[in-house]
Amino acid sequence: MAILLDSTSRVLVQGFTGREGKFHSQKMMEYGTTVVGGVTPGKGGEWVHGKPVFDTVKACVDATDANVSMILVPAPFAADAIFEAIDAGIPLIVCLTEGIPINDMAKVYEYLKNSSSRLIGPNCPGLLTAGQAKVGFMPNYIAQPGNIGVVSKSGTLTYETVAAITAAGFGQTTCVGIGGDPIIGTSFVDVLQLFEDDPQTEKVVLMGEIGGRAEIDAAEYIKAHMTKPVVAFIAGRSAPEGTRMGHAGAIVEGGQGTAQQKIDALREAGARIADNPEHIPDLLR
Amino acid sequence: MNLHEYQTKQRFAQFGIPVANGKVATTPEEAAEIAAELGGSVVVKAQVLTGGRGKAGGVKLANSPEEARTTADKIIGMNIKGHIVQKVLIDPASSIQTEIYLGITNDRTVGKALLMASSEGGVEIEQVAHDNPDAIIREWISPSLGLRDYQARNVANDMNLPREHWNAFTKITQNLYRCYLESDAILAEINPLIINGDNQLFALDGKMVIDDNALYRQQVLAEVRDVSSEPRMQVEAREAGLTYVKLDGQIGCMVNGAGLAMTTMDMIKLYGGDIGPANFLDIGGGAQADRVAAALRIILSDPDVKAILFNIFGGITRGDEVARGILQALDEVPTTLPMVIRLAGTNADEGRAIIDSANLPNIQSAATLTQGAQKAVAAARGA
Repeated sequence: MAILLDSTSRVLVQGFTGREGKFHSQKMMEYGTTVVGGVTPGKGGEWVHGKPVFDTVKACVDATDANVSMILVPAPFAADAIFEAIDAGIPLIVCLTEGIPINDMAKVYEYLKNSSSRLIGPNCPGLLTAGQAKVGFMPNYIAQPGNIGVVSKSGTLTYETVAAITAAGFGQTTCVGIGGDPIIGTSFVDVLQLFEDDPQTEKVVLMGEIGGRAEIDAAEYIKAHMTKPVVAFIAGRSAPEGTRMGHAGAIVEGGQGTAQQKIDALREAGARIADNPEHIPDLLR
Repeated sequence: MNLHEYQTKQRFAQFGIPVANGKVATTPEEAAEIAAELGGSVVVKAQVLTGGRGKAGGVKLANSPEEARTTADKIIGMNIKGHIVQKVLIDPASSIQTEIYLGITNDRTVGKALLMASSEGGVEIEQVAHDNPDAIIREWISPSLGLRDYQARNVANDMNLPREHWNAFTKITQNLYRCYLESDAILAEINPLIINGDNQLFALDGKMVIDDNALYRQQVLAEVRDVSSEPRMQVEAREAGLTYVKLDGQIGCMVNGAGLAMTTMDMIKLYGGDIGPANFLDIGGGAQADRVAAALRIILSDPDVKAILFNIFGGITRGDEVARGILQALDEVPTTLPMVIRLAGTNADEGRAIIDSANLPNIQSAATLTQGAQKAVAAARGA
């Protein structure tokens, strides 16, 4: 089972012929992901890793029946790439690109909500279903099949924690990096809902950070709907107000979006709070 | 990226928003000349990229060119919340009947631009939100439909703005949205928007924040960035492609990834008590030697730093590559400060072996983040 992605997923890569696109699709194929082809405008007819390159997403989908798109194109072209994937009817779009202007994302978000596609990201590490498939940057060796669902705003912190969970003898269903931008396609609540409905997932790890209120919404959802235990960690307790901490969305503004508010809300909702991410495996026992 | 008030008002003027015809001075003499040119009373306003100028004494009325000179002399060089005033804006003084707040920002919770207005102008909107939240009127703007005139009228009506001003108000609001959009702003606010003695709507003060991610297509705005008002280390970091934020602790941090960098700071604080992180620094993916060296230079230029903690989780980034990067950086930027290096993930063992073989007496390694934070805290205390 697991969520969003499995061994039957057929992945196309927008930005297939770029250095990053090539490198990461190689790693994805090594993990067992079915990469069916890719898209780079102007390079249709070429081949990468023995898979065909197309000029348009539509042509790629027509030829390959792809149902997942990974977007790894530079920020100035990323919004257009997402629109193209939506219009090609791709159900799951994963945008890894960092640095997309917020006004572009506002347009994408509105269009997305009137479509049947789901977007993960942007500015995210992608997702991985343990032992089945991965889309994005997550290192291949960190996960093993199990029953912990992981959802996070961050990249390396997630790899750390997933690796620590694995080292402690647990395994994962799906690990989802939703991204650190102010406007993202899939929220904590969306993923919590999927984990709650997934019979294989028994416990959930949520890793949030300062800025916005996505973790507060998550706390409200947990309180009202989750039957599965949640362990949470919030990064940025020592971050000053009014300063962006790397991620475009990681900023406390007007006293809102502090780590403490999120920790309090999640604790109140019944989540177990880790004050050190290395303690997360203990809290899963 | 924040714009100064005078830069914001120049931008507003280009978009047809009525603003005062003031000018910027960098010396008291210039201030006096501008005041003489404008005639009558003027307001001398410190141009700093922080709020609370008025309370700090950075905004003063002057009734003559001579008074403008002495006032500017006092304000230039003033330290307002750590920002040294280098420029003052000399605006003609206005009589004020009514003060309104009018702003557009991005509402990340719904992914749309949000128009906010309040009849309690002249105070910070966060203060109004805190003291009297019902006084803020909100209209969300659809990116595809844009701001509709009726939305501006809704706001005017809810603020009890006299009907005679509705047309002018709608026009200003539309122009502000156009300015917001075409500048790739994440905040464009007029505070206060006043009705002056001649019964005209007028932007007395303004603030804009530009989306850093959009600066590649906002060349004109990118060029007016006031780097002199930013900490030097931050400017250097940006130029090296690093994200750096100076903090007030003693342990310099070098981490890959923003979430992990924040977490590393949190762990230092957790185990350090009075010892805290000296900075946030994300070296990003890859972590080639030159970037590690640039990061190390920036950390070492902070005199508060007593110890350095490297925390690298190798995913795509390989531990051996980072280890070589650190040693090469130490070659270029030698230091005797104690350093704790924690490498995990891909090729971490190889990385540790490389560090160990260099046999540097001031370097120790740590197996976990917890241990890394604890060792760095102990090292900072011993230093």
